[in-house]
Amino acid sequence: MNKTVNQKAWLFVLPVFVLVAFNAIIPLMTVVNYSVQETFGDNTFFWSGVLWFEEVLNSERFHDSLFRQLMFTFSILAIEIPLGIAIALTMPRKGPWVPVCLVLMALPLLIPWNVVGAMWNIFALPDIGFLGYVLNALGFDYNFTRQPGDAWFTLILMDVWHWTSLVVLLSYAGLVSIPDAYYQAAKIDGAKGWAIFRHIQLPKMKRVLTIAVLLRFMDSFMIYTEASVLTGGGPGNSTTVLSIDLVKIALGQFDLGPAAAMSLIYFLIILLLSWVFYTLMMRNEES
Amino acid sequence: MAKITLDGIRHSYMENPVEEADWALKQVDLTWDDGGAYALLGPSGCGKTTLLNIISGLLRPRRGSILFDETDVTPLPPDQRHIAQVFQFPVVYDTMTVYDNLAFPLRNRGVDPATVDKRVREVAEFIDMSHRLKERAKGLTADGKQKISLGRGLVRTDVNVIMFDEPLTVIDPHLKWQLRSKLKELHQRVKRTMIYVTHDQTEALTFADKVVVMNLGEVVQVGTPVELFEKPHHTFVGHFIGSPGMNVLPCALDNGKPILAGQPVAIANQAKGTDGKSLEIGIRPEFVSFSGPNEEGGLPVQISKVSDAGRFRIVETKCDGQTVRLLVGEGKEIPSDGARLRFDPANTRLYADGWLAE
Repeated sequence: MNKTVNQKAWLFVLPVFVLVAFNAIIPLMTVVNYSVQETFGDNTFFWSGVLWFEEVLNSERFHDSLFRQLMFTFSILAIEIPLGIAIALTMPRKGPWVPVCLVLMALPLLIPWNVVGAMWNIFALPDIGFLGYVLNALGFDYNFTRQPGDAWFTLILMDVWHWTSLVVLLSYAGLVSIPDAYYQAAKIDGAKGWAIFRHIQLPKMKRVLTIAVLLRFMDSFMIYTEASVLTGGGPGNSTTVLSIDLVKIALGQFDLGPAAAMSLIYFLIILLLSWVFYTLMMRNEES
Repeated sequence: MAKITLDGIRHSYMENPVEEADWALKQVDLTWDDGGAYALLGPSGCGKTTLLNIISGLLRPRRGSILFDETDVTPLPPDQRHIAQVFQFPVVYDTMTVYDNLAFPLRNRGVDPATVDKRVREVAEFIDMSHRLKERAKGLTADGKQKISLGRGLVRTDVNVIMFDEPLTVIDPHLKWQLRSKLKELHQRVKRTMIYVTHDQTEALTFADKVVVMNLGEVVQVGTPVELFEKPHHTFVGHFIGSPGMNVLPCALDNGKPILAGQPVAIANQAKGTDGKSLEIGIRPEFVSFSGPNEEGGLPVQISKVSDAGRFRIVETKCDGQTVRLLVGEGKEIPSDGARLRFDPANTRLYADGWLAE
């Protein structure tokens, strides 16, 4: 059978292509453009090749903020994923409490990110904030604006408070979609709590959990607003994660070349790690 | 291995059932003999799944008790009743291999690995899965998964009863027949009590030695497939079993003789104790025939429709506004006009308020 060739079909794709070009491809290309040039005043540009990439990759400052970023991301994943599943498991599946729980869970997700940062900043202030005051009253020497350990504790606590709900809601959606027959079969087969979780609930939640891990990974790797409002990267550089560092370089120092190179490296790291996560979690799917 | 007795079971899904219609199960008294092959047959919503869940312990009845042999198991949860159930939609543990799926019920009960291995291999051979033990259960087809569900029931030696809740719903038609005969064969090999819930009469009648027919929350008849066909105790059974179902024709009574369209009808049962009840004549299309031209009597009818069903034709006739169906064999003539029907007296019965008059 002969296919009719009709090039007019491209016209239908054009609007989408234009849209994507303006919101993704062109901005990205601007960054690529900056990353291979040196800028001087009067908009004069000189070709600099891979110089900025070498500089960023070799700089201790980048290594440090990348390390802090990884620490932050893996800490919150290690807390939020198990905690989210645990909360989802205890939530009721039927009855009048279901909507109440769902709304309570959704609340933190509805608060604007800079408000979350500001809220926690005030909440954790050692002299007037509730959290800071109580901790100090209990005898802990707590001051997140001065001690790096306390700043990390507050940052992670804030992220857990803000984002565990997302994991809970996704896990809950996975849990309620399990047909009753599975639980009945498990009862008949004599399976108890852990075995039911391990062999029925966890496998059935796998897809939504994959999405939860990927979303939380990407979002936390790009965290800026809340952290910037809460600690601004301090005390010192102790909570300066990648995005905060990037903004400091690009807008604070106005080093467009290194900042652009760093953006691209940053982007590739997220892409690579997401791919690794996805592949690992889906590995068993096909076999 | 036990005889199962249901004693005055009533169940309602409402907290405070008031009317009779609130009860999903109205009153069930039944005994299931050890090692029997039973079918629980009835239309959707008649209470058969409810009854099944009460036997398995997933549901606790509001009234009555369940005995396994002489022990009252009413308050016991499913895992202490030693039962197995195959559900309508295949339930397998996706992440496990076929082997682990079959071993799961034993491992949960702390059976030692050597015994587990022996039992799993035996059962895998029963259900033709020996060559696929190492495969992921997830990759199996629907019929394979149902076999695994069944295998998980067979693997335990202490199972009192294996229950099937419409297990062939999701199976391809050409495999249904295969799986059904496999099930029958398995029953003869393992000699366990099996209860098979279905709304499909073919499935029920081919699998079971005894069929329990349910309607509107109560048992209407328990009997062998032949009994259900030849002597329905209720017009519902006559109608539900057989294709086409039994003719049920409202009639009057004169001097103890039923009258249909002004003519007396000879019946096989007695018309006693039927005063004030609504009366019907029940006769299967198989036992109705056209009277020959030289025969006396017969019910005069008009033929309204003839449909060909292969080896026979289904003839629909009208008599006094009522429809009477009959089967006419291949090659037999259908009279063009002046047709009269003959009812076989041995298989014509009188029903009062739906129930067989005695």
